[in-house]
Amino acid sequence: MNLGSHADFIVAAYAVALFVVAALIAWVLLDYSTQRRILEDLEERGVTRRSRRKG
Amino acid sequence: MAVIDFANPTRFLRIVDRLMPWLIAATVMLFAIGLYRAMNAPDDYQQGATVKIMFLHVPAAWLGMFGWALMSVAALGTLVWRHPLADVSGKAAAPIGAAFTFICLVTGSLWGRPTWGTYWVWDARLTSMLVLLLLYLGVLALYWTAEEPGRGARAAAILSLVGAVNLPIIKFSVDWWNTLHQPASVFRVGGSTIDPSLLTPLLIMALAFTLLFVTLHLAAMRNEILRRRVRNMRLMQAQEAHA
Repeated sequence: MNLGSHADFIVAAYAVALFVVAALIAWVLLDYSTQRRILEDLEERGVTRRSRRKG
Repeated sequence: MAVIDFANPTRFLRIVDRLMPWLIAATVMLFAIGLYRAMNAPDDYQQGATVKIMFLHVPAAWLGMFGWALMSVAALGTLVWRHPLADVSGKAAAPIGAAFTFICLVTGSLWGRPTWGTYWVWDARLTSMLVLLLLYLGVLALYWTAEEPGRGARAAAILSLVGAVNLPIIKFSVDWWNTLHQPASVFRVGGSTIDPSLLTPLLIMALAFTLLFVTLHLAAMRNEILRRRVRNMRLMQAQEAHA
């Protein structure tokens, strides 16, 4: 594959897109594990959601 | 299952957990095919190899606009129907739509330099796309800075609806004004002007990016539901401590 004389622009465009998409994926995964950890911590301390409480 | 069943956050989380592996697999597969086809696509007779930037730039532009359209529908759900997942959906879509709009602007700029001889020009298409990014940042600021989440959600919903005016401006800017940006070449009356050897990889990449958007959006919605549960549980904990 020959990218010609403007290879720098093409590589830079793909690098930026890859970086932004990777950052989005990392943000979603990190946020998920953070919220799960906090929820488990709260449940371990006996805090339950109103919908799970009995009568 | 009726659409209304998705309104239950617990059921929604169960559906997302079940869908997620399939969505991830389909996204990875489509990107593998799309990138292979994009890298092996012929050069454009005028632009040469820089046409490869199109496979990123065009889907990112579509999804930047799609994200805002999604937020506008979610805004209606928040303001009119008070659907429990509408605000969750709008809030989850904002950073993803902003990211795709950013990719569109940066890749467009990197495509513009070798093609037009400049990174930026204040023509209607580029300016309206920049306005879209600024609107996204405005919505994110409203969500992140509101002390009371409900008030932030309503303000963001109103801005989402007002900002929807920008979508037809972006789409038709190349027809209404004399722009350096080329007119529509994929979805236009009379059919696409792009050769199939470039159009096919473009559509595969667009589908891959769309699946990526959907996957990230569902994952971000799941996170937002969990965040709201954490907030409610902390509030209850604080109330019990004071009782």
